[in-house]
Amino acid sequence: MLFDTPAKENPIDRAREVGQPRPRIDGPLKVSGTARYAYEQRDVVENMAYGYPLGAAIAKGRVRAIDTAAAEAAPGVIGVLTTLDVPRHALGPMNTAMLFGGDRVEHYHQAIAVVVAESFEEARAATALLDVDYAPEPGCFDLERVAREIVGQPFCEDDALVGDFDDAFLAAPVQLDVTYRTPDQSHSMMEPHATLAAWEGDELTVWTSNQMIAWGVRDLAAALDLPRDKVRLVSPFIGGGFGGKLFVRSDVVAASLAARKVGRPVKLALPRPLIANNTTHRPATVQRLRFGATEDGKFTAFGHESTSGNLPDGGPETATQQSQFLYAAPNRLVGERLGVLDLPEGNAMRAPGEASGMMALEAAVDEMAEKLGLDPIEFRILNDTQVVPGKDTPFSQRHLADCLRLGADRFGWGERASLPARRREGRSWIGIGVAAAYRNNLLMKSGARARLQEGGGVEIETDMTDIGTGSYTIIAQTAAEMMGVPLARVTVRLGDSRYPVSAGSGGQFGGNSSTSGVYAACVALRTRIAERLGADPETAVFEEGEVRWGNSAVSLVEAASGGEIVAEDSITFKGLGEKYRQSTFGAHFVEVAVDAATAEIRVRRMLAVCSAGRILNPVTARSQVIGAMTMGVGSALMEELAVDKTRGFFANHDLAGYEVPVHADIPRQDVIFLDETDPISSPMKAKGVGELGLCGVAAAVANAVYNATGIRVRDFPITLDKLLPHMPPF
Amino acid sequence: MRAFSYEKPGTLAEAAAAGAREGAKYIAGGTNLIDLMKLEIETPAHLVDVNGLGLDRIEETAAGGLRIGALVRNTDLAADPRVRRDYALLTRALVAGASGQLRNKATTAGNLLQRTRCAYFYDTNMPCNKRAPGSGCAALEGISRQLGVVGTSEACIATHPSDMAVALRALDAEIETMRADGVARSIPIGEFYRTPGETPEIETVLGAGELITGVTLPAPLGGAQLYHKARDRASYAFALVSVGLVLREDGTGRIALGGVAPMPWRVEAAEAELGEGAAAACEMLFAGARPTEQNAFKLPLAERALAALLAEARS
Amino acid sequence: MPSDFETIPRETGAADGAPPRSEVSLTINGRDWSGVIDNRVTLLDLLREEIGLTGSKKGCDHGQCGACTVIVNGRRVNACLSFAVMHQGDAVTTIEGVGRPDALDPLQAAFVAHDGYQCGYCTPGQICSAKAVLEEIAAGVPSHVTRDLEAPIATTAEEIRERMSGNICRCGAYANILAAISEVAEGAR
Repeated sequence: MLFDTPAKENPIDRAREVGQPRPRIDGPLKVSGTARYAYEQRDVVENMAYGYPLGAAIAKGRVRAIDTAAAEAAPGVIGVLTTLDVPRHALGPMNTAMLFGGDRVEHYHQAIAVVVAESFEEARAATALLDVDYAPEPGCFDLERVAREIVGQPFCEDDALVGDFDDAFLAAPVQLDVTYRTPDQSHSMMEPHATLAAWEGDELTVWTSNQMIAWGVRDLAAALDLPRDKVRLVSPFIGGGFGGKLFVRSDVVAASLAARKVGRPVKLALPRPLIANNTTHRPATVQRLRFGATEDGKFTAFGHESTSGNLPDGGPETATQQSQFLYAAPNRLVGERLGVLDLPEGNAMRAPGEASGMMALEAAVDEMAEKLGLDPIEFRILNDTQVVPGKDTPFSQRHLADCLRLGADRFGWGERASLPARRREGRSWIGIGVAAAYRNNLLMKSGARARLQEGGGVEIETDMTDIGTGSYTIIAQTAAEMMGVPLARVTVRLGDSRYPVSAGSGGQFGGNSSTSGVYAACVALRTRIAERLGADPETAVFEEGEVRWGNSAVSLVEAASGGEIVAEDSITFKGLGEKYRQSTFGAHFVEVAVDAATAEIRVRRMLAVCSAGRILNPVTARSQVIGAMTMGVGSALMEELAVDKTRGFFANHDLAGYEVPVHADIPRQDVIFLDETDPISSPMKAKGVGELGLCGVAAAVANAVYNATGIRVRDFPITLDKLLPHMPPF
Repeated sequence: MRAFSYEKPGTLAEAAAAGAREGAKYIAGGTNLIDLMKLEIETPAHLVDVNGLGLDRIEETAAGGLRIGALVRNTDLAADPRVRRDYALLTRALVAGASGQLRNKATTAGNLLQRTRCAYFYDTNMPCNKRAPGSGCAALEGISRQLGVVGTSEACIATHPSDMAVALRALDAEIETMRADGVARSIPIGEFYRTPGETPEIETVLGAGELITGVTLPAPLGGAQLYHKARDRASYAFALVSVGLVLREDGTGRIALGGVAPMPWRVEAAEAELGEGAAAACEMLFAGARPTEQNAFKLPLAERALAALLAEARS
Repeated sequence: MPSDFETIPRETGAADGAPPRSEVSLTINGRDWSGVIDNRVTLLDLLREEIGLTGSKKGCDHGQCGACTVIVNGRRVNACLSFAVMHQGDAVTTIEGVGRPDALDPLQAAFVAHDGYQCGYCTPGQICSAKAVLEEIAAGVPSHVTRDLEAPIATTAEEIRERMSGNICRCGAYANILAAISEVAEGAR
C-alpha cells in the first residue's frame, strides 16, 4: 500500500479498539516471568554451551598476541576464539567500531576474545586466564580539546544558513551567547545484550535482543559473509533498548563465530561492567547558542552550533536537528561539527539529536526570555511558526502553543514566581520550569502478514519488535479494529526474521509505521475475504465478527470454513514528507525542590502535554511518555558517563557508578494527550510519542532549578557540586 | 570467579581454624564479597560460611549498652526497637544505605569490612594500589568526584562506603573479634581502620583469620541523633558526603562523616567546636584535607549539611 | 596512553583440577530441589540455568539493579549476590511461585491493570520486591523516609518509593508501579 495522499475516513476511525485504553496483551507473561528473553531460550536447541567475552584493556592500539593456553586447559573449557583468529568483518552502514575481529583496538572493552565452556562459571573463570599482549597507542579522549581545535570549521551537513546570521546577531538589540554542555550517556537498558547462536549446516539462527530485525539480519549476514537467507534472527521479547539494540553488537557476532568454531550452540551475554564501553552511547556535545531579538521579543537571529566527537567515520550527535524547525527567525545559523575521539562508538540513544539538543536549546530560550523580561511561555508562543522557518513548508499539524497554554493552566504556572529564588518551603527552594517538546515524526516502510484462521481468529505476523513500547498490544488493537473482531481473537507474532519486514523499533517511528503496515495487510486480507465471499471489498463492512454487505452477513468463522485466508502487504510512505513537515510537539512542566543547605535537587511533580496525532492506546502511550520523562530526570540530574581523559574510557561502567533514576527520584507524573488525529501522517493518523516525552524534560528541570535558586548551570547533569559555589550561605 | 572450596562450620573454634587456612575468607551476607569475586578482585580459594555460628542476637550489656552480633542483618539492626529508641543515628544511617534487598542480607560485620567503590579498584585493567599494590593510583589523575578528601595518601584516595560505620564511629562502638588462636579482643572503632599510607591494601587492624564476632555500643548518649546522606539520586546510591550528628541538650555532641575518607571520619576535637557552628567544626574535621579538583565540593557540602543538621537538632 | 600500561600486574592464577562442587537441597516455590553444583553458582544462576526458572532476571549480576529479587525465607534478597550452596534448607519464592499467567496474584494483576512495566525485564523483581515491601511496612521495619522511628509506619507513596528504590526500571514505569502497589496495599487494609 502506497501512502501518498492524506488519509480519508477508514475503519480505524471507528475507534472501538484503536485508541482504547487496553491493558497489554503480553502483560500476564511479563508479570509472571514467563516471557522469554534471549538468554532464556532453553528448549530451542540442544547441547548449548556458555560463552563469556573479554573486553580490551586498552583504549587504542593493537593486540599483538593472546596466550590462550591456560584458558584452554581450564576445567570445562570447550574452545577459545580470539579476535586474532578472525579477520575484521564488514559492518552495517550505521556502525563504525569493529564488533569482533582483527588486531585493532579502537576503544576500551572492545571484544577481543570469547571463551566457550560447559558452564557459565567455567567460561567466566577461564576468560580471566587469557593473557593478552597489547601494543597501546595514544588517543584523543577530550571533547573540549577537539571542540577548540575544530571551532569555525564547516558543518557536517550543508550549512543550514538562512539570511545573514552574523549581521543580524550583531545588530540585535537583545543578544544571548551561551555555551551548554551535555555529557555522554548510557542506554543502561535492564536486559544486557545477549545472544544464543546455533548453526545448522550453513544456516545460522540467533535468539537475541534486537530492536531492528531486518537490519540485524543484514548486518550479521555481512559480518559473517553469509547470504541473508541463511540468517534467522529472533527477538520476541526485548528487555529495553533505547537505541542501544538498534544494531547487532559484539554479543551476536562473537556468539555466532564461537558457535561455529566449537560446533555447538553458544549463548553469551555482555557482562554489565562491559556494556558501557563495549557498546554504544549517546555522545557528549558542546553547544553554542546565539540568539538576537527585538526589544519586544521576536527572534531576529537564531544560532545553534553543536560539536561532538566520534570514532573515525562515525557520525555527529545531531543536536541541532530541532533548531531548524522549532522557532521562527529570519536569520539562522544551525549546524554540527564532528571531531575524532577514540572513545567507544557514539550512536543513537532515545531521541538522538533532539534529546541533547533540546537540553541546551530550551534552557537557552529561557535565558533569552529572562533577558527580554518576558514570560517563558509567552516568549515561546511569540516565536512560534506554522511553517518551517526559512522555507515555506507547512507543518502537517503544529499545536505547540496549545500544549504550552494547556499545560500552564493545568500545572498552575500562575503560581510561579517570575523572579528566581523567591519561593522557600522549609529547607527547600522551590521552582517551576517549562520547556517545549519537539521531535520529528519519522515514517518507515513496514510490512505484515494477516491471517484469518480457521475458527475465525486473526493472526498477525511481522518482524516488528516490542521493546516495552506496547507493539504487541497496538498491533492487536489495529487488527481487531480492521477485522471487526474482539481483541481476544487476535494473535500477534513479532520479532522473527521469518515474518514480513517491518519498521522495527526506533526513532519513535515504530508504533505508527508498524500499525500502518498491519493496516495495509488487513486491508489486503479484507479484500481476499470479500472476494471469497463474493462481496465488494470496497463497501464490505467488517464488524462484530461478521462481514456485512448489502443485505448479507457472513461470520468470519464461516468465511474461513473453507480454509485459512492469508494476505501480506506493507505500507510505503511517499510524497507527503516533502509537502509537509511532520513533527510532534509538546510541553514539559516540572517543579523542583533544591535543598538550601546541600543543594540536592529533587523533582516534586511533572506534567507533559503531547500533540502527537491519534493516540493508539492511551495506556501504553502514557507509559512511553512517563518513561521518557523519567529518563529526562536522569539526564537533568545524574546521568553522565565519566570520561577518564588519560586512559580513554568511561570509568563508571556499571549501574552503581552510572546512576539512573530510581523510584524515589520520580514524583507524580501527569500526561495529557491533545485529542487529535493527523491524516497526513498515515492511515492510522498517529505519530510517534515515545521520544517526544524525553525531548525538553531536562531543560524544564534546569529551568525549574534556575527558578528555584537563580543559578543557571549550563553543564549537564545539574549536580549539587555545580550549584554549591553559588548558593547563599546556609 | 576463581574456583573455591566451601565449608560452613558450626562453632567459633572451627571457624577460626578454617579462617586461618591459606587463601581462606569468611563469608556472611556476601553482598560485597561475591560482587568482588565475580570480578576477581577478591580471589579466595576457600570460603568459610559463618552463618552457622549464631551471632545473630542483639543483647543488652551490663553497662547499659547493646551487644550486636556480627551476623545481625542490617534490616534487623535498623528495626530493633532498642536501636530505634536509643541509637536512632544507627537506624538512620543503616536505612540510608544500599537497598532493602541488600540490607536483608548484609551483616553488621560485613558492612564494617566493605571495600571501596572506587571505579579503578573495580576495574582490574586499571592501576590501583589497593587492589594491586604498587601498580599506582589511576584515580589521582582520573575520576575522583566520589573519592576521599581527608585521611587519604599519595597511594590511595579511596573512601570507605559504609553508612552504618559512620554511626558506629559517632557512637563509640567497639568491635569484638576472635583471633585465629582463639583469643578474643575488643577494638574501639576509632582504632579499627588504618589510614592507607603506602599500604592501602591493608584496611583494618584485623589479623589473618581474625573474625569479627560482634559490635558493642556503650550506654545511650541521648540527644538529637540525625544523619544526612547527600547524593545525586534520592536512594540506592553511595554518599557524596554523609554527616552523622548527635547533639545533646547540654550542647555537647558527636560528629562523624562518611564519603570523605578511607574510614568513617571523626575528629573528636572538632566536637568541642559544636557550639561555634559547622564552619569551626569542619575546619578541624578537614584539617590537612587534600581534595582533588573534582571532589573539593565535599568540604563545603559537609559543612552545609552539618549546619543544617545542627539547625534541625536545635529546633 | 601512559607507558606503564602494559606493566600493570595482572591478577592471574591457574585453576587446578575440577572446580569444587557441593550438594545442596532447598525448596523452591514449595517444591524440593536437590543437586550437586559448582560452588560458584549463584542462587540466580541456579534458578535460571540449572532449574530453568528464568523469571528471575539477570540485569547486572552485581546487586546494582534488583532484577533478580527473590524471596528467601520470607525476605527479599538479590539472588545474584548469593551462592546457591549457602541456601541449604532455605525456602525460595520466585516470580513463578507468586502466580501464573492464568492465575495471577493480585499484585501481578495490578501491575497489568496499571501498566506497571514496559519491557518487562525488571518486572519479576519489582513484584517480588513489592510483596516483601508491603510486609516490611506492616512489620514496622523503618526506612530512610520514616520520620518517627517509634510510631507505626503508614503505607504512603513516599514509603513505597523509597523501599522500592533497589529495583531499577530503566523504562521508567515507576509511577505506574507505585499505582499498582498502592492499589494492593489499600485493598489489604
